[in-house]
Parts: sequence; C-alpha cells; structure tokens
Amino acid sequence: MALIDFTSDGLYCAQAGVYIDPWKPVQKAVITHAHADHARPGMKTYLAQHLSIPVMKHRLGSNIKVQGLHYGETINLNGVNLSMHPSGHIPGAAQVRLEYKGEVWVVSGDYKLENDGISTPFESIKCHHFITESTFGLPVFDWPSQEQVVSEMKQWCHRLHEEKKAAIIYAYSLGKAQRILHALKDIENPIYCHAAVERSNELLAPFVELPERKEVSATLKKSDYQGALILATPGSIGAAWTKKIGAHETAMASGWMRMRGTRRRNNVDKGFVLSDHADWKALNTAVKESGAEKVYVTHGYTSIYSRYLQTQGIDAHVVSTEYGNEEEAKDVEASNTKQV
Amino acid sequence: MKEFVQLIREIDAQTSSNKRIQAVVNYFAKASDEDKIWCIALFTAKRPKRALKSSLLRQWAAEISGIPDWLFEESYHIVGDLAETMALVLPEQKEKELEGGLDTWIRELSNLKSKSEEEQQEFITQTWLNASAAERFVFNKLLTGGWRIGMAKKNLIKALAIYSGQEENAVAHRLMGNWDPFSTSYFDLMQSNLDENLSRPYPFYLAYALENELEDLGRPQEWQVEWKWDGIRGQLVKRGGECFVWTRGEELVSEKYPELQALGALLPDGTVLDGEIVVHDGNEVLPFSLLQTRIARKVLSKKLLQEAPVKFIAYDLLEEDGKDLRPSALEKRRIQLEKIHAEISNEALLLSEKIILESWEDYALLRENSRSFRAEGFMLKRKNSAYRDGRKKGDWWKWKLDPLTIDAVLLYAMRGHGRRANLFTDYTFAVWDDDQLVPFAKAYSGLSDEEFKEVDRFVKKNTKDKFGPVRSVVPELVFEIAFEGIAESSRHKSGIALRFPRMSRWRKDKPVQEANTLQDLRNLLNIYRQDKA
Repeated sequence: MALIDFTSDGLYCAQAGVYIDPWKPVQKAVITHAHADHARPGMKTYLAQHLSIPVMKHRLGSNIKVQGLHYGETINLNGVNLSMHPSGHIPGAAQVRLEYKGEVWVVSGDYKLENDGISTPFESIKCHHFITESTFGLPVFDWPSQEQVVSEMKQWCHRLHEEKKAAIIYAYSLGKAQRILHALKDIENPIYCHAAVERSNELLAPFVELPERKEVSATLKKSDYQGALILATPGSIGAAWTKKIGAHETAMASGWMRMRGTRRRNNVDKGFVLSDHADWKALNTAVKESGAEKVYVTHGYTSIYSRYLQTQGIDAHVVSTEYGNEEEAKDVEASNTKQV
Repeated sequence: MKEFVQLIREIDAQTSSNKRIQAVVNYFAKASDEDKIWCIALFTAKRPKRALKSSLLRQWAAEISGIPDWLFEESYHIVGDLAETMALVLPEQKEKELEGGLDTWIRELSNLKSKSEEEQQEFITQTWLNASAAERFVFNKLLTGGWRIGMAKKNLIKALAIYSGQEENAVAHRLMGNWDPFSTSYFDLMQSNLDENLSRPYPFYLAYALENELEDLGRPQEWQVEWKWDGIRGQLVKRGGECFVWTRGEELVSEKYPELQALGALLPDGTVLDGEIVVHDGNEVLPFSLLQTRIARKVLSKKLLQEAPVKFIAYDLLEEDGKDLRPSALEKRRIQLEKIHAEISNEALLLSEKIILESWEDYALLRENSRSFRAEGFMLKRKNSAYRDGRKKGDWWKWKLDPLTIDAVLLYAMRGHGRRANLFTDYTFAVWDDDQLVPFAKAYSGLSDEEFKEVDRFVKKNTKDKFGPVRSVVPELVFEIAFEGIAESSRHKSGIALRFPRMSRWRKDKPVQEANTLQDLRNLLNIYRQDKA
C-alpha cells in the first residue's frame, strides 16, 4: 500500500493517521501553510509550522487545537517520521516530508525557489515520491528576478511621488503584500494599507520587518494620498474608496501579469510579474532535484504539466485536489471576492 | 524600431484612450515619414499580408525554446495570442536592440516571401535572438498581424488629425481607398490633393441602434424611412471612366461583381453611390447565405452568376459631376439619386424604397413584418441630414427587428483571446433531438464579465473530456441564443446555420431538459421558407 492515498477528503497517510491539507473535516490535519485553500476549518487537531499558527488562529478560530513544529524538527507518528521543511511560498510555508521503512514522500504544498526576503527559502528534499503544484506549469511563465521587479516598482513609485499622485498596488493580502512592503521599505512615498492587507501585516509583523504605514480610512483627505503608496487586495479593484483618493495610477503584482490578457482584463495601468509560486523553470528544477521516481501533479495546469514530465521520462500522474482557490492560484480575476 | 516599440508599450500600458492618442501623436512627431505610413497602415485595414505561415513560426518558436510542439500549442491556447506566446517562450537573453526602423523591418519581412524555408527560419530565429523582450512581441505582431492593443482606427484618425492639423473627417477621407503603404508616401497620403486618387471612396456614414422613444424623433414626416437590408454595404465609385466597388470593410471588390461593372459602365463620370450589395432575383432580395456563396468564390461560374445574381440597392448619392454632395441635405441628394436611377434604367441598380406611412405606430406594425421582406427592420434618416463620416448619433438610426431566440445547452467550451485569455468564453451550443444533444451554433458574446467568470468556473469544474483545446462539459447550463437569421446548411451537423448568434440571456431558471429542440429550429426555418413562397 502507498504511504499516501489520494482520498476524497484529502491526502491521507494511514500509517501515521494524518491528512495533509485536507479539504474535509478530519481528526488530524497537517497544514503546509496558512492560505485558506490549504488550512481549512473544522479539523479536530492541527499540526503546522510555528510561523503559520498566528494566522491560522486568526482565520480558523483562536480555540483550534494546534501543535507547532520547527523547520527540520522530526516527530514520529506510528513509525512514520514526519518533518517540515521550508517551501519559500510565504512565511511559515512548509513541505511535509514523510518517511516510513526507507520510503520518502514529500508534499510540497505551494512553493517557489526564489528568496523573497521574508520567507525561509525553499530547501530541496530528496524523496521517492514528490507531490508538486502546477499553478504556473506552462513554459510561458518565466519570472524576472525579484531584484528586477522591485527596481521597476521603485521607479514607478518614485515617478508617481514626483507627480504627486497615489500609487495603488493590488496584491494578495497574506504573503505577497508583506513581501512588497518589505522590499519597498526605504521608498520616499508615505505608505497606506487597506484593511485586509493591514490585518495580515499585523499577523506577520513579529516575523517580517515592515515599514511605517497607516491604514486607509474614510477620515483621510485626498491630499494625504498624494505621492503615497497604497497596498490593497485585488478585491478592491474598482471599489468605491479608490475613486475618492484623487489622482492615482494602479498596478497589480501577480504571476498572472505575465500575460497581457489577464492584465488588461483587470484594467490596471501596470502589471508587476511577482509571484509566490514557482515558474516553469523552477517547477522543473524542484522536480529534478527531488530525485523522485514518481511525481504527482496537483492544482494548476495539471494535465499539461504531467504530460510534459512524462516526456522527460518521469513517472508523473495528475491528482485532483481542492487546492488552488487561494488568491493567486485562481486566475486573478476570479479572486475579486471580498476578503474578511 | 525603438520608437515604435516604445509606442506599443505606451499604448498597451494605458487604460485611457486620450493618453493612447497622445502617445501616437508623440510618435508621429518623432518618426520618419516612411515609418509613419506604416504606423497608419498597421492600425487601419492596410496591414500587409502575413509573409510567413503561422504553422512554421510556431514550429520554429517551439524548436528554439526547446519545448515540444504540443506544449507550445497548449500554451498558445491559454495565452490566446500567437505573437505573445512566441515572445513568452523564447529563451531569455540580455537586453539588446534591433537596428532599423519600422519601414525597414516590414520590407525585410515582405522580402522573405521569396526566400527558401531555411533562409526564412534563419532570419526569424536570428531576429528573435537579437531582440529585447518588448521588441520580440512587436516583431511577432508584425509577423502575425492583428494587434488587439486598443488602438481603434477612430483613435488613429484623431491622432493623425491632431498631428497634421487637419480636420478629422478630412483625415478619415484620406485614409479611405486603395493607397498602399509599400508605395504611397506620407506626403501623397496626407498632403496631396484629395482628387488625385480616382478610386478613393468616402468614409461610410454608420448609424447607431435607435435608443430613444419614437416620439422623441419628432414627426415621421421629417424622416426618410427605408428598409434595412442584410447584404454588404458598399460604394460604387465611377471616375475617369472606371468603376470601383468598395465594401464597408474597405475591400475593393470590383472584380467579384461583373453585374455591378456593367452597371458602372452606364454611370456618368464623377458619380459615387452608397448602397447595399444584395442577391436579388428581380422580384425580391434573397437570403444572405446566397450572397456568401458569391463572397467566398474566386472563380465565378455561369451557374453561380445565375443562381445568385447581384444587384445594388442605392441608398444615397455622395458625388455627382465630381462634386462632393455630402454636406447637402439628404432629400436634395435623394432627388438627384432618383434622376440617375431613372436615366440609367439598368436591372442591377435598384432604388432603396422610401416607405411612407402616417404615424410611427404604422411603421412599428410594418416593421414586425420585416422578415417577410428579408429586411432586418428600418433605417431612419433625417431628411435634412448631411452625409457624415463614421458612426455618429442623431441624424441616422437603425431600428432593427428584435432577434429570433432559442434556448440552448452549453456543450463545449474553449478559451478566448485578448482580454479573455485563459478564460473559457467561446462556447458551442446544442439543442435536443430526442435524447441526444445536437450542436448547432457557436457564440462568444453577450455575457457580462461576471457571468463569463462564473461559466469559466463551471467549465473548469465540470469538464467531461478534453479534445485539444476544446472541453466537453456536463450539459447543465442553458442560454438564450439570439440570432438574426436562419438558413439550411449542409456543412453543419444540425443542417442549420444561424446568422450572428450570440448569448442574450443566461437561463438559470431553465432546467436542461427544457431547452429547445432541433424540431423547434426546423420550425423556425420553415417559417422562413413560407415567407419566401
């Protein structure tokens, strides 16, 4: 029997008695990271990386039963050695390694290889079975370096500061927004964050160095926003408050900005290609470096990516899951739902 | 190419059309005359033909990127734009820049046509490797045509008017007709005497759909009411002893319609007629599907000319004795038009009938019967109106019949293009034939962005099967499909072809079993047949 079964409730390790990122309520859930499609409510107990716990408590309830693990720390569950290793996706995001009788499985959750400055960088783990996402599993997704994107962002913010206009960057509230704030911490523009972003800021502030900022509020005047940078979630595109802040330009930071079509239909002036997911090359690097004999492809361009891996001589399979409803994994536009 | 690449970037990064127009004005100020003419050509209907087959380009792009062909094709279906897909998959490189202007590049590409496939591939791949990412995209757009970057012809005309200091209508007129960016200079196009180009048609005056109450139009006696025909809007231009037939899409189709050539021979020099090209048997207008047989065919057989005889229904007289009549009142132009029609007395020249009734109620009643005349409804033209250019509100309205509708089941979906890249927005619909669903129409438009997103999510969750880019979905969603006409077709499995099908409503209230049937469609088809009899 396989160490991990793909069941209708989630990825299940019967030997250890745990589910990894289950989408139905179960007894014991191991959580790779705190985004809503991976950390769901209703589990009897949770096991998660320490940094994920504050966000999980905020989103799932302060009374959840959760045990914390450090990166690299191993626990034994009925003979299965379970440990967590950085996946580089957002602070606290982990790959889950399970080892039983010499066989190693890695559930990578969501990941990226580039160091984003706020998350513990991805660590490649050798394994026999590797479970990978495929959100951006197409060769057209090729990210510019963060350094390059941040330098473009700084130029854009600088120009708008000079022109005394507001610069609005739409970015996902948990992870992406803090990554941008951290990277732009020295800019001259005063910084404002919309409520949903500020809630996530507060949760991650203990682990991430963030610049001085204020929350967007109805009591502020247009003049307060002149030359300022505002961070908001994509749900705010076209929202009433954006029409009351005076002259401004808009941008979105997402891997989807690599395609003109998605940028244009979001009607933003500028698209910054900045993703917390692996691009095509990074996916291939991660798969290769895992050394896995078998690869299971979850959420994203699953059939295309697994077919490609097969042409590379890798035994790859599509696994259908209920991940990918997290903000970035959905096509950006679909995420224009209000956030709590 | 630096300036042009910069222009494309600016247009692409702007959501305001005024800023886009300004970007073009700035470009004109910097660009050479040779490059200007190409910029004008690219954003009007004057794009040069593709120099290379797109199947070859795809192959070469996949090859140089080290990805299998099938993966390139999958990527293309998701990105929804061939030029962009090629630019995105090409291997990364240090920023370099292409030497030479727009004119040089377009001419080089055109010269490739006569080269061997190896030489073509060498040229294209070398250019890719020497270009920056932004240049690759623009270069690929030159290769594949179709810009879709939000630079409408209307806006280009505005920019050119600002830059050249000429009136917009004069600029629109100059851009009409058969000038050729390979040989026409910027001076010839923009500064020469307008009369010098004999074949040049006038910009078409286009009408908006009626949006007011009829009562707001004033008395019906102030209006000239005509049938709105479903043919090809066109101009007959007779100058210098030659007759030119232009379509609204600015295609010169003189060769396609020998009937109109014969008619043109009789017209006095210096005459321009605006009207509709239709298939007509001497008694009545025949279905548009017959006209399509004429449009598609390159060689005109005797049989075809007999089966689908073409006539010109004249709406308006734009030029007489070489004089531009457009500023004068419609009723005055009409008198002259009627004179010409009477003098010519040729069976291929029909006069658009003036429909004269007492009241708007009477018109409304007759309009309900438009289909039995094979018309789409009425055109309302203010009798004292000048012939304006482009789509202008106020003096001319189209008052079309409500479309026919049928409730159909979503069966297949494909991803869209442009703004709809990566979203399933192109659908095939089916109706019931006993317990089978028979596909009968494709439609891409009519839903709001929100609705498209919702259907997209449905498709992703309810895919039954994938055939290349096409997904078959669980038959569950019902849409009302609106269309303008229906005809028999041997090319479709359903035996039926619709004219302008689009989604008019999402019937969330309707269970899939209650969608219409193939028999319902056949009944509609029969109603048409009876009309004809």
